[in-house]
Amino acid sequence: MASFSQFGNDLYTGKRSYNIVGSRRIWWIVSGVLLLIVIVGTALHGGFAFGIEFRGGSQFQISAAKNLSQTFAGNTVKAVVPSTQPVVTIVGANDVRIQTDQLTTKQSVAVTDALAKAYNVKQTQVANSFIGATWGADITRQAITGLVAFLVLVAIAMSLYFRTWKMSAAALIALAHDLIITAGVYGLLHIEITPAAVIGFLTILGYSLYDTVVVFDKIRENTSEDGDQSRRTFGESVNLAVNQTLVRSINTSVVAILPVAGILFIGAILLGAGTLQDISLALFIGIIVSTYSTIFIAAPLYATFRSGEDRIKKRDKRALAARESSVAGTSVAAVPAAK
Amino acid sequence: MAKTTPVKRAVRSLVWLLVILGVLVGVNALQALIDGGPKAIIAGQTWVPKLGLDLEGGTEIILQPVVAKGQSAPTADQLNQAVSIIRERVNASGLSETEISTQGSQNVVVSIPGVPSQSTINSIEESAKLEFRAVLETDAASTSSVGSASATPSASDFSTLPATPSTKPTNASDLAYVTPRLAAEFAAFTCDQVTTENTAAADPKKPLITCDDTSTYKYILGPAEVSGEDISDANAGLVTTSQGTSTGQWAVNIIFNSKGTSEFATVTTRLNALTGALNQFAIVLDGRIISAPTTNAVITDGKPQITGSFTQTTAQALANQLKYGSLPISFKVQSNNTITATLGATQLQAGLLAGLIGLILVVLYSLLQYRSLASITIFSLVVAAAITYLVLLFLGQRNGVRLSLASIAGLIVAIGITADSFIVYFERIRDELRDGRPLETAVEAGWGRAIRTILASDAVNFLAAAILYIVAVGNVKGFALTLGITTLVDLVVVTLFTHPMLQVIAQRPFFYEGHRFSGLDPKALGAIYRGRAQFRTPALAGAKKGAAGEAARRQTIAERKAAELNGPTKPGPTKPTPTKGKDS
Repeated sequence: MASFSQFGNDLYTGKRSYNIVGSRRIWWIVSGVLLLIVIVGTALHGGFAFGIEFRGGSQFQISAAKNLSQTFAGNTVKAVVPSTQPVVTIVGANDVRIQTDQLTTKQSVAVTDALAKAYNVKQTQVANSFIGATWGADITRQAITGLVAFLVLVAIAMSLYFRTWKMSAAALIALAHDLIITAGVYGLLHIEITPAAVIGFLTILGYSLYDTVVVFDKIRENTSEDGDQSRRTFGESVNLAVNQTLVRSINTSVVAILPVAGILFIGAILLGAGTLQDISLALFIGIIVSTYSTIFIAAPLYATFRSGEDRIKKRDKRALAARESSVAGTSVAAVPAAK
Repeated sequence: MAKTTPVKRAVRSLVWLLVILGVLVGVNALQALIDGGPKAIIAGQTWVPKLGLDLEGGTEIILQPVVAKGQSAPTADQLNQAVSIIRERVNASGLSETEISTQGSQNVVVSIPGVPSQSTINSIEESAKLEFRAVLETDAASTSSVGSASATPSASDFSTLPATPSTKPTNASDLAYVTPRLAAEFAAFTCDQVTTENTAAADPKKPLITCDDTSTYKYILGPAEVSGEDISDANAGLVTTSQGTSTGQWAVNIIFNSKGTSEFATVTTRLNALTGALNQFAIVLDGRIISAPTTNAVITDGKPQITGSFTQTTAQALANQLKYGSLPISFKVQSNNTITATLGATQLQAGLLAGLIGLILVVLYSLLQYRSLASITIFSLVVAAAITYLVLLFLGQRNGVRLSLASIAGLIVAIGITADSFIVYFERIRDELRDGRPLETAVEAGWGRAIRTILASDAVNFLAAAILYIVAVGNVKGFALTLGITTLVDLVVVTLFTHPMLQVIAQRPFFYEGHRFSGLDPKALGAIYRGRAQFRTPALAGAKKGAAGEAARRQTIAERKAAELNGPTKPGPTKPTPTKGKDS
């Protein structure tokens, strides 16, 4: 892995440098296109597909059933309505309960018939009713209140810590970008949003900001240490910080994504769709997008926000002027140092 | 020897870590001892976290609304409001993984993980309707009836007596409500007749005969005037004088919403002018009086205070009843059944297996990246896992915190976020080594910079967790709790384990001499190019971290080196030259 250490060294010294801040427009266009795809894709599906925990659904309860296998009950319902993901519970001693997405009257009758036949009971022993949402509007409202309070407080806290609101603004824009893309993939592929997926989104909310703060802390360090007399422009200071933390960003995202990928892919092979997939898919997309957005969206945005300031303009002008003159006059001095 | 200082500090930190682990094991054992006696300490279930509804199953209670004759069935709005109040009530007892929903057009279904205690079931079954009614008449109650014939009088006994008031009552305290029939019923009334069936569905527009909760007095109450739904908050507190000193007397404070404020002002204006029993009003929960205070003043600000012979416990209980008791409709339990887990053992095993495979991959990747330094990452993760496990165990025993499959997945994911602290730290140490510092100083300087970043980023996560925990309900609350715990554990582990361990290994020749498998090989990190690094003056090596001047010198070194490699023509190595960056 010596080559990877070498890669880290080169990024640190600046020998190797990816000009991310300089080529920001490309990344913004890439993100813009991604956002457009997921938003249009979601809109074409007519919005998100919410799970029965949010919308409620149909419920079938077989009383005095002889076969208490949860798989058997699930398969019986899936044979009639293949698109649904039945949730099977054994209630009390011998009642089997199956909850599905909201079915049409015709489908409900078909399912009732199929269940009565499969369990060899009378149709009256299969009770069919509507089940309300366990994740009600009140939970959503409370969660949104919490989110708004969090965003306001975190924006203030970051402004105080970094001593500029522009870092907060850049971090929050990157956060919005991450959440829209992560949720948008669910909308685009029309994957059902369950409470587990929502918890995945909330985890990404924390991860995205966390990742941005780590890189911004290095940017803060570099830009303040370089100071007004620096030989670098402000954008170059920011770019150096991003490059110097690139190894960290790669290592962290790989370490974070490995267990998630384990759950997502291995879990999917072992179990098929379910709670584990719902949460790990959100995390898988979210971690990748968060790492990307910190480097390619948040940092260049911050450099752009600051570039309009008089002090920064002056500094950039001085740095560029010094460079011009050094190329013309002092390059001779650099040669002996190199030998 | 200057070397001993960081090591001494390291040992102190590690001792603290052991103390924390010991205390966590201790509190768990103590809780088990309190709950189940000495045997429970060694019982297996004490040391296994409690699982959520999806993994363990639980109990399902179906509540059916009780509707008074002639009243219409509850509306969907009322039902949703009831669900939200029951959810708050259940959450107040600390069960965040409980699911509550409506079923059909009428019923409310409450699913509780595991086997709930009787008090939990009671708190749900006490799904009550709260009303404020004026007192019309009161009398000592006879619980044991005198004479067998009049013991359980049926309503038909009094059917001959007039039931309509002779004059139309002008207000709720008007004694015209006490018709001869009502008076006769009252005289024969015994407190054992107060059952949920009889009184919960009482018509709020008619007078009501009932007893207080100790069955000492019976009352005739006027029609309901203020509904419990109009209470926006209630709490218990000590009475303070106008000077702000506490009298040591417990009281219950009620805060009404605007509708309740104006209604309650009307009631107190009228009652304050009356004397005797008519001065009292009754707070009625499901048809039973929970408190019947006298009116001492006209309350127009909607913030009455109830004083009396309260203890802290009774005041708190009444405040909770007032706050959470105000359901728009009354319920009775229709069925109470055990339910199985929807996911079961296979899902849990598969999840844990997948997580384990992911963890092995993390270990392999760390070994590739950090060589033997990875062992510190792995041990740090093990310590973090142990602390998290013990904390969750304790919260499970004490506060009924349960792990659903989603929260287990969240914990597995937290591995990555925890490992990031180590990565940030290691990369900082490497940066310091690249600048030519010897390992011991590099560890200290790298730590100074890394801990700042770790604190700032963990603060963001903790803020998210704290706010969501306070505001949110249900699943989100459970998630916030796990996030908060893992963030705090991350800080504890990185300061009390990872950093001290590095301080210790920095003394080992294998590491400070930069063996190529140590992960801290200065040669591999490119520091060797500046031969003078090894002989750096102590003043520079010990320079205050983060000092701008020192940093500028460091950057100069880095730049000089880069300039060396890039050739003499480019003094500004970080000048944006994308093609160069991508090709090299």
